Amino acid sequence: MAETTLTHTGQTESRPAGWQGIAADWSSDQRAFKNVSWGKAMMWIFLLSDTFIFGCFLLSYMTARVSTRVPWPNPSEVFALRIGGSDIPLILIAIMTFVLISSSGTMAMAVNFGYRRDRRKTAILMLLTAALGATFVGMQAFEWTKLITEGVRPWGNPWGAAQFGSTFFMITGFHGTHVTIGVIFLIIVARKVWRGDYDVGRPGFFTSRRGRYENVEIMGLYWHFVDLVWVFIFAFFYLW
Amino acid sequence: MAEATANGLGQHGLHASHAHDAPATGVAQAEVHQEHPIKLYMVVWAWLFILSTCSYLVDYFGLHGYLRWSLILIFMILKAGLIVAVFMHMAWERLALTYAIILPPVLILVFVAMMLFEADYTLLTRMSFFGPGP
Repeated sequence: MAETTLTHTGQTESRPAGWQGIAADWSSDQRAFKNVSWGKAMMWIFLLSDTFIFGCFLLSYMTARVSTRVPWPNPSEVFALRIGGSDIPLILIAIMTFVLISSSGTMAMAVNFGYRRDRRKTAILMLLTAALGATFVGMQAFEWTKLITEGVRPWGNPWGAAQFGSTFFMITGFHGTHVTIGVIFLIIVARKVWRGDYDVGRPGFFTSRRGRYENVEIMGLYWHFVDLVWVFIFAFFYLW
Repeated sequence: MAEATANGLGQHGLHASHAHDAPATGVAQAEVHQEHPIKLYMVVWAWLFILSTCSYLVDYFGLHGYLRWSLILIFMILKAGLIVAVFMHMAWERLALTYAIILPPVLILVFVAMMLFEADYTLLTRMSFFGPGP
């Protein structure tokens, strides 16, 4: 017992008072991710929690699809588009996939040019990424409109199991929201890059902290994650 | 105002010199950033296109059964791996971060197994109560 009681260590514990002191104690030199800045580590942890959210969505979709007696609508036919007189299966979704992958490619290059301090190329590539992201959302809006006019509702649809509509709107809606938020932040970060905020260490309007070019990479992590989630949605919802 | 800007520049210069020292002194820190040739990103990008096309063709040719499901899963895992490893730079991070991020999602697979049992049971109950499908 005596050994563990270290109330008086002979040293003065210089800590700020109140909540700041609590935060300082809890974070006192305990650093697990040695070469990773807090911004990047926190983005990764956020993405991990987002993984669980999308994981649970896909999981509930699986549960609904396995447990229903009514046949599941065939996505290949539901998402077919009539082009030039013949039905091409899933073509819109395929195009959306390519658009999102392209945006991931331009984002990766923006990060690369960011670290080379090439402001112009970084900003242009980020804006291109945002444009591709907006295109994706636009195509998704088109897809939703098409399905809604065909009679798909969260509580039913003309082709089979009622759960099809609810899972579709839930999963793609949540993903589309992520893309939209990503586009907004891409534009914000691109503006900062363009203006040279990261070169002069200008404080951010919201956090008052000086940004660095690493912010471009952190933005990139989010954007690639959005693409990553789409890979799983594409495989499990559209192709399965 | 001018002074503040100058200060910022000074700070920035300090950071930059730090970054140069870092590999030599072995002090690992956030300023050490990664520069990979553009070609690497182009190659990965091309592969993502190829893999996406492949998974689309699985549907286009109407493959079904275990062949379809295994192909979908293989292309999906390859694509996800490329995005996480190269685009998100996970291949070059320290293992402490890699494991902290990559391992927890494995728990989802446990959840999947549990819910498969549950869903099968629900289906059985529904079939015995309502009869086999409409």
